[in-house]
Amino acid sequence: MGLALASALASCAPKTSGGDRAVTLRFWGLGREGEVVRDLMPEFERRNPNIHVEVQQIPFTAAHEKLLTAFVGRVTPDLAQVGNTWIPELATLGALEPLDGRVRRSAVVNPADYFSGIWDTNVVEGVVYGIPWYVDTRLLFYRTDLLAAVGFPRPPRTWSEWVEAMRRIKAHGGPGHFGALLPVDEYEQPVIFGRQLGADLLRDGGRYGDFQSPAFRQAAGFYVGLYRSGLAPILANAQIANVYQGFARGDYAFYITGPWNVGEFRRRLPPEMQGKWNTAPLPAPDGSRDWPGVSVAGGASLAVFRGAAHPEEAWKVIEYLSEPAVQIRFHDLCGDLPPRASAWAAPSLAGDPQTRAFREQLQRVAPAPKVAEWEQIAAQIWQGLEPAIRGQEHVDDALTDLDHRVDQILEKRRSVLARSPRAR
Amino acid sequence: MPAEAIRRSARAEARAAWLFLAPGLGIIFLFFLLPIAAAFLLSLTDFDLYAVADWRNLRLIGLDNYFRLLRDPIFWKALGNTFYFVLVGGPLTVVLSLAAALMIQSRLTRFRGLFRTAFFAPAVTTMVAVATVWRYLYHPQFGWINRGLELLGLPAIDWLGSTRWAMPAIILLSIWKNFGANMIILAAGLQNIPESLYEAARLDGAGWWAQLRHVTLPMLAPTFLFVGVMTCIGYFQLFAEPFVLTRQGEPLNSTLSVALLMYKEGFRWWNMGYAAAVAFVLFAVILAATTLQVRASRRGEG
Amino acid sequence: MKRSRIASLLLHAALVLGAAATLFPLFWMITASLMPAGEANSDPPPILPSRVTFEHYAELFTRLNLGQAFFNSTLLAAAVTLLSLLLNSMAGYAFAKLRFRGRGKIFGFLLAALVLPTQVAILPLFLLLREMHLISTYWGVILPGMASIFGIFLVRQYALSIPDELLDAARIDGASEFRIYSQIVLPLCKPILVTLAIFTFLGTWNDFLWPLVVLTDQSRYTLPVALANLFGEHVQDTELMMAGSVLTVLPVLLLFLFLQRHYIQGLLMGGVKE
Repeated sequence: MGLALASALASCAPKTSGGDRAVTLRFWGLGREGEVVRDLMPEFERRNPNIHVEVQQIPFTAAHEKLLTAFVGRVTPDLAQVGNTWIPELATLGALEPLDGRVRRSAVVNPADYFSGIWDTNVVEGVVYGIPWYVDTRLLFYRTDLLAAVGFPRPPRTWSEWVEAMRRIKAHGGPGHFGALLPVDEYEQPVIFGRQLGADLLRDGGRYGDFQSPAFRQAAGFYVGLYRSGLAPILANAQIANVYQGFARGDYAFYITGPWNVGEFRRRLPPEMQGKWNTAPLPAPDGSRDWPGVSVAGGASLAVFRGAAHPEEAWKVIEYLSEPAVQIRFHDLCGDLPPRASAWAAPSLAGDPQTRAFREQLQRVAPAPKVAEWEQIAAQIWQGLEPAIRGQEHVDDALTDLDHRVDQILEKRRSVLARSPRAR
Repeated sequence: MPAEAIRRSARAEARAAWLFLAPGLGIIFLFFLLPIAAAFLLSLTDFDLYAVADWRNLRLIGLDNYFRLLRDPIFWKALGNTFYFVLVGGPLTVVLSLAAALMIQSRLTRFRGLFRTAFFAPAVTTMVAVATVWRYLYHPQFGWINRGLELLGLPAIDWLGSTRWAMPAIILLSIWKNFGANMIILAAGLQNIPESLYEAARLDGAGWWAQLRHVTLPMLAPTFLFVGVMTCIGYFQLFAEPFVLTRQGEPLNSTLSVALLMYKEGFRWWNMGYAAAVAFVLFAVILAATTLQVRASRRGEG
Repeated sequence: MKRSRIASLLLHAALVLGAAATLFPLFWMITASLMPAGEANSDPPPILPSRVTFEHYAELFTRLNLGQAFFNSTLLAAAVTLLSLLLNSMAGYAFAKLRFRGRGKIFGFLLAALVLPTQVAILPLFLLLREMHLISTYWGVILPGMASIFGIFLVRQYALSIPDELLDAARIDGASEFRIYSQIVLPLCKPILVTLAIFTFLGTWNDFLWPLVVLTDQSRYTLPVALANLFGEHVQDTELMMAGSVLTVLPVLLLFLFLQRHYIQGLLMGGVKE
């Protein structure tokens, strides 16, 4: 009796809705984009009456884990939003469908229209595995009024200018005030500084860590120095009660973050703050290098999974979301920046003063090393530098440890590369 | 009954027994015992994502995972944290349970059932849900724990942000959640102590404290051991609290437990061979600790 | 006389204080869930809501689809409980009353296996279920939970007390073993079965690690997993998270309150009978 009941219950499993359509696609969206993309689906379904798109939203913090779990468990969706730093990993594992053929045949997806640094992040060993959906890079958000008050009518363009500005702001604000908010559990900042000084982060075709190179050593020293000299508070993201309140109060005048915060700042900062902040591209290390300083080529792409039940229909969704008009609509909904130059012509983007800096920064972005272990290595970077930030370890020792751990992480990659005949 | 009939009925009974056992034992074997054996084999390989993609990437590496583990400072940190949790949280939990049991069992107590329910309630709650609540209680500005400290004239503590106070925060949460269950068992043990022993002690002029030391605790010893061992085993497997409360081991891995390390290595980074080795080491530690506890208690009795 | 009065007063004061401190987090969880958004994050933090609002519960069920998670938790807990009652009671009865070769050894082996922690099994179990195509399905959670050594142990201990004569008499009357089990043994074992049912239901409802790992599809999440998921996006919304916690905790808390005696009985059976 119990068995009968159990099987009856199990068969009551919720069935996917959209019953009268021939094809139901499973689409995993991440974070806010995952919520917003639902609003774009009705139009797609109107144009493609035989397709229903079921969007599942996954928080960003769990996304990488869930994608890998789905891969191992063989339950990957048809298509998903994938952070572009994860593309090399998923491609190496054979989880993604190559898209070259579809791109060539497509009237909508035109590689030349995309920012080259961004398109490049989706190419692994010459094969395209994802189509950029939105771009993300990091640059300065700053308080224009606080800077002007300490003698900086323009935002800083070199590291030394920036440090000077932060010193003055800290002195001006008094105890409990800082120059910049740099959460200690983010790897983007040290990677950015490293890249700006020309550090490669990994060497030998991504077989070993290169964190003890002179360039990265200097960058790490600069980064840790910002905390040790009191210009940045030693806080992890979980401990920061409310970034927006802190920024509005003037607890710090600089915050290195991405495009989604343009909308958030507008939404969450009090009205009297709205004329007092702006964005600016990153300062370069010194006058001898090009301005702006290099930033990370972040963002997310849309990828189709190998073994997807309906790859053709999944590609249709990607084409739809890649149309410049739809990308502009997407931007209007959530503030994410389009990866296509043609979409940037839209008035909402071209005429937006706080978004202009992003256009400039996007011309100077560098991809992360394209190794499958990047996520692990990125986590090691900030975890490895945290003791130095907290004064428990010298920077040089921290970097030695970091290289050691990264070498260990890459050990399997070395053996796999040695085993396979493909030269890298 | 003739011998043949007895044998036939015995065989029929045995057959029936196996039919009754088959589903249950089958499930246990297939979904518990077999995976544990497989986990051991897994720990002798470097099974990871590369191997999932292409099984030819799998290598048998013998005890390398275990050696790597022993050389890994993060593993030792996790082990240290776990021991800190067990050695501080364990006794505190048991002592609090004993105190609560003594109070509930006292002859003077009225509304016994009400208090018992109140103390036991946290034990049935879902860990994830209460950890969520406690996360807000521990908020440095808006949390009630710091407000309570404030009312007592003590300074506020940055509970979940400080490497010093994060583990104590977890210990407090675990004590709160678990003391009720132990209290029930100890209370039952207390009930079983014959009143005559207390009377004899009182006749000898023993006060309340002496009665506790010479009657209660010795008579409670087996129950005490049981509660101690169960708490110890459970606490070594610390996982959900740091997972929810401190974003998986922060700050600076001060709340990283061995079980959490295993989860991270296994299900975030998919270094499954290594994670399996971590799991087995945890098992060995639990076994050793339990054996030590039982043996120490036996020696105390002799 | 007077000393006893003072002692009693102190004792009860301590008990009341202890009970209040113990229940405070749960109390605050409920009241905070009823506060308007943002109120819980005030300085000083309030205990009672300025006005009671159910908006967070509404949001949980509409926009955030926690109703689905509630359904999943209920379904899984019920299914595992019913199935495991069947399997555990059959095996427990067999160990207690049916004679077969190796009975003692096998039972001893199972008891020893109680020491093995479940975390060790989780990784290969995931791979096994993947081969069976059961990842992210209800059966992926139900199957591993359908039998447990502890459950078999509890039933066996209780079933030992069933008089052999009763069973032998039924056999002589020609009843099949299954009939004996279903019509004599099960009714006699009702108390332990109720206890085991409560244990299993609570355990499955509260289970976190395994559902977290095996349920990748949001539509299958159980409440604990959905709650942890909610944290990712809504950590700033205290009141909403509290409402989610209430939804997760309240059903089992109520279940416990009504069935306390059986639960505690079972706890003692496992413990004190050493």
